[in-house]
Amino acid sequence: MRFLISLHINPAVLDALTDEEKAAIGDGHGKFIEEIKASGELITTLALADPSRSAVVSVRGEAPVVTDGPYVEAKEFLGGFYLVDCEDRERALALAAKIPDAAIEGLGVEVRQVMFADGNLDA
Amino acid sequence: MTEPAIEDLLREFAPQVLGALVRRHGRFEDCEDAVQEAVLAATVQWPAEGVPASPRAWLTTVASRRLVDQVRSEQARRVREVAVSAETPPEVPDTDDTLLLLFLCCHPALTPASQTALTLRAVGGLTTAEIARAFLVPEVTMAARISRAKQRIRQAGSSFPPPDGPDRLGVVLHVLYLIFNEGYTASSGDRLHRADLAREAIRLTRLVHARLPDDSEVTGLLALMLLTDARRDTRTTSSGDLVPLDEQDRTCWHRPQIGEGMTLAKASLAGPALGPYQLQAAIAATHADAPTAAETDWRQIHALYLILERIAPNPMVTLNRAIALAEIDGPAAGLTLLATLDADDRMAGHHRLLSVRAHLLERSGDRTAAHDCYRRAAKATASLAEQRHLESRARRLRQAGPA
Repeated sequence: MRFLISLHINPAVLDALTDEEKAAIGDGHGKFIEEIKASGELITTLALADPSRSAVVSVRGEAPVVTDGPYVEAKEFLGGFYLVDCEDRERALALAAKIPDAAIEGLGVEVRQVMFADGNLDA
Repeated sequence: MTEPAIEDLLREFAPQVLGALVRRHGRFEDCEDAVQEAVLAATVQWPAEGVPASPRAWLTTVASRRLVDQVRSEQARRVREVAVSAETPPEVPDTDDTLLLLFLCCHPALTPASQTALTLRAVGGLTTAEIARAFLVPEVTMAARISRAKQRIRQAGSSFPPPDGPDRLGVVLHVLYLIFNEGYTASSGDRLHRADLAREAIRLTRLVHARLPDDSEVTGLLALMLLTDARRDTRTTSSGDLVPLDEQDRTCWHRPQIGEGMTLAKASLAGPALGPYQLQAAIAATHADAPTAAETDWRQIHALYLILERIAPNPMVTLNRAIALAEIDGPAAGLTLLATLDADDRMAGHHRLLSVRAHLLERSGDRTAAHDCYRRAAKATASLAEQRHLESRARRLRQAGPA
């Protein structure tokens, strides 16, 4: 079963961390990636640039309108995700619990089952 | 001999040779590499030079040589070299080790996902890329999973665990059943029918059946797969929408396959023991036997589910029995039985429970509640085809207006 584990980050919460804590998060993700690569559960993962660099595109009539900034003004933003293929929902929840963000107040780790996927997975 | 024929031959013999080598030497990973190389050599040499008189002996000899070469080139060269060269290369085995190999691949130390992957690789002879495609994951993901599975087998004591024991066969049959189901109904996504996996599961189950023709559960499982797979062309519309059993065009069911499935189902029931696969095959046979949906022998189906519920209690069985009961005693009786499942954690909010309840509510005339249940079921499923089907049922009720 495939699951998207999305990481909801809060830039203010991340800014408030010490350098050691930030480094620990980075190391934790590195370790997690190695672990689920070796187990054959990782499909792909990616991290997104800061939400301040987002742009929202809408088309009204013929003309696309581009607005700088994130779509939803919120404290938390999608920071990245892991796409995993694992045995069942319980395993997906257990994997999510290993992600360092899950241990930090103010960051959110969300697990959702994938319903459809297409594209070149090896790209 | 044509190349597809050579390919068939290799797929038949490779697992036997691998089984023999592993039985002899342990070292599953090394043996698998060696057999892969022997198979590769055969695909190059046989079309050019002709198939050897004894293909299995040829493969065994080449694979054994490769194994010795591999071990020689390893780091702990001297120690291992002595160990392997002391073991004489295996004679061409009289016994067929395919079953032993299956037992190894379905090692209890592995997760079901790893068991299925390893079985398809080592016994089915599929490439890692083919398996990855079938399970819709990248090849590197599948390669990591397979290599992890081999590591776990090595840690769990490398060579064969005691293969005889009904529970070990039970695990093998379960893995074959999972492979079939993965092919027949994808648990998620848009591809409802991944025929290659279903076909491969049938091929592997045939292989087990050929070696254990007297095992009723093996026979039952093969019958179940054949009878289910015979309906594959009528299960979806050309646009990929689900067609429920009672609306399928029965004239398009694959009759020869049903015939074979029926014969096997009957044979399996003749044995002394009665297991879940035999009962499910008997249920599938009862459906296949009905010329029209209206002529289905629901009493027999209900009776079979009742026995199945006793020997292998499972809320899904109870759910299916409720469908049969509703056909005999009316939707209210079915709904009453469904209510007993609400307390079961495994079923609460399950899309199958919601969709069956919706169907029975619709039949009982409670359109509002049925509509609500179809919508909830559509939200609860992770299959796009099923979601479309449930949404269309809900829409149909709303369009018809309240009763």
